[in-house]
Amino acid sequence: MDGLTSAPDAVLPCYDSAARATPFIEEGQALVRYRDLIVQLVSRSVKARYKRSILGVAWTMINPLLTMTVLTLVFSQLFRAPARDYALYVLSGLLVWNFFAQSTTAAMSDLLWGGGLITRVFLPKSIFALAALGTGLVNLVLALVAYAIIALVLGVPPAWSWLLLPIPVLAVGLFTLGVALALSAAAVYFADVMPTYEVLLTAWLYLTPVIYPIGLLPESVQGWLRWNPMFWFVQGFRAVLYEGRLPDGATLAVAFGAGLVALVLGWWIFTRRAREYAYRV
Amino acid sequence: MPTVSDPAAIRLTDVSVRYRLPRERVSSFKEFAIRWAQGRIEYIDLWALSGVSLEVRPGEILGIVGRNGAGKTTLLKTIARVLHPTSGRVVVWGRLAALLDLGAGFHAELTGRENVYLFGTLLGHTRSEIDAVFDDVVAFAEMESFIDAPLRTYSTGMVARLGFAVATCRFAEVLLVDEVLAVGDARFQEKCLRRMEDYRRQGAAMAFVSHSADTVRQVCHRAAWLEHGRLAAVGSVDEVLGAYQHA
Repeated sequence: MDGLTSAPDAVLPCYDSAARATPFIEEGQALVRYRDLIVQLVSRSVKARYKRSILGVAWTMINPLLTMTVLTLVFSQLFRAPARDYALYVLSGLLVWNFFAQSTTAAMSDLLWGGGLITRVFLPKSIFALAALGTGLVNLVLALVAYAIIALVLGVPPAWSWLLLPIPVLAVGLFTLGVALALSAAAVYFADVMPTYEVLLTAWLYLTPVIYPIGLLPESVQGWLRWNPMFWFVQGFRAVLYEGRLPDGATLAVAFGAGLVALVLGWWIFTRRAREYAYRV
Repeated sequence: MPTVSDPAAIRLTDVSVRYRLPRERVSSFKEFAIRWAQGRIEYIDLWALSGVSLEVRPGEILGIVGRNGAGKTTLLKTIARVLHPTSGRVVVWGRLAALLDLGAGFHAELTGRENVYLFGTLLGHTRSEIDAVFDDVVAFAEMESFIDAPLRTYSTGMVARLGFAVATCRFAEVLLVDEVLAVGDARFQEKCLRRMEDYRRQGAAMAFVSHSADTVRQVCHRAAWLEHGRLAAVGSVDEVLGAYQHA
């Protein structure tokens, strides 16, 4: 045929639908290529929140602060305060809990309802879980600023251990991403996963020593709570932020162990059928 | 890249796409588990494409015609990697620019500038790649004075211009076009066509979906006619359009 030019010599990406790569690895490679999109998606959700309302980013902090205030009032009026600086105790627990709860929920809803994006352009599907995690991290950092201010107001000086915060945050981040991926995969196939999860989250919150100290419970119940991975993440996070010390070895080991297992499992579950999601959403 | 043994930039071999819908909507897990255990899950299979084989060579424009629901958009989405074929094989050589859904992911509250980066990275470009072409994108879309205003203040035509400018901001070996030229005024459509022709001369292969037989006749080198997900005819524009218009 006339007028046809040959393609340039540079090595070009090629898409071959029959190429049998392992989805487990393929997804990771795609994410590396789309890394800048993660930043864009995070900044989109942070900015969109900021631009829509006068209070803007403050909304991120109002929710945990309000819960903290209510719980502190209830507990200090009805019972004796169950912990030293109970307000900070509750807030430190709520910050890490909200990070987990909000990121996992957002990962699901962004994949399912993100403007139907995955039915319109090719994307590594796990990008929504990563962007939700990134947004959760930004919100966590903002909430930590609020925590520091409240601590100062209550006369609690900043602790050196705060510099170690990235360690427990990394552990809970691994776990959050793993859970978010597994849930997202399930939510693509079953519409009732999201509402069910929201109900379960409430129950899960009360099964985790977020608003009460574990010491308030009988020994036998305490033993059972240790099977709850969130127990360890809250404990590790609170050690650094509230107690001002490095988490003990056991807490770190369990937290990172649970985080890694959740991430590998979640990644495997999610990537196995990622090619089908655009048909289902 | 296209070689002597396979000169095609886009090659589809016996591609089928199946949408599997449950006969009754089973969306709760409990219901699914019960039915699955009883072996009572029945599906309706919708074959959006069946057994389609096609090739498009570098520098060539393939026009795709067919009625609504014939599978034209599904075909482009399969090439664009959005839908993984149920069977058969799709091979695409080189970078791909899909002008299917201009402005997917655009956010009304963000500025034009922020949306350029959002949409650009959504299409697989990196931040630094967008940095390098940013001024060209803005100039092409003729948005210099609005680029820092929120997208919600733009007219539909402005959004479409920005979408086209981002989607074609860098040369791509494969271009997929789905009727987008119907948006924007006549002068801007002219500009879009010029850019696509420019890319074609540089060796891009194009698949072009249109309802308008006249546009296909003007623009395309070959044509394919889809009917109920099957390829009813493929060949020279005159032959295929003749058959299509008499059907």
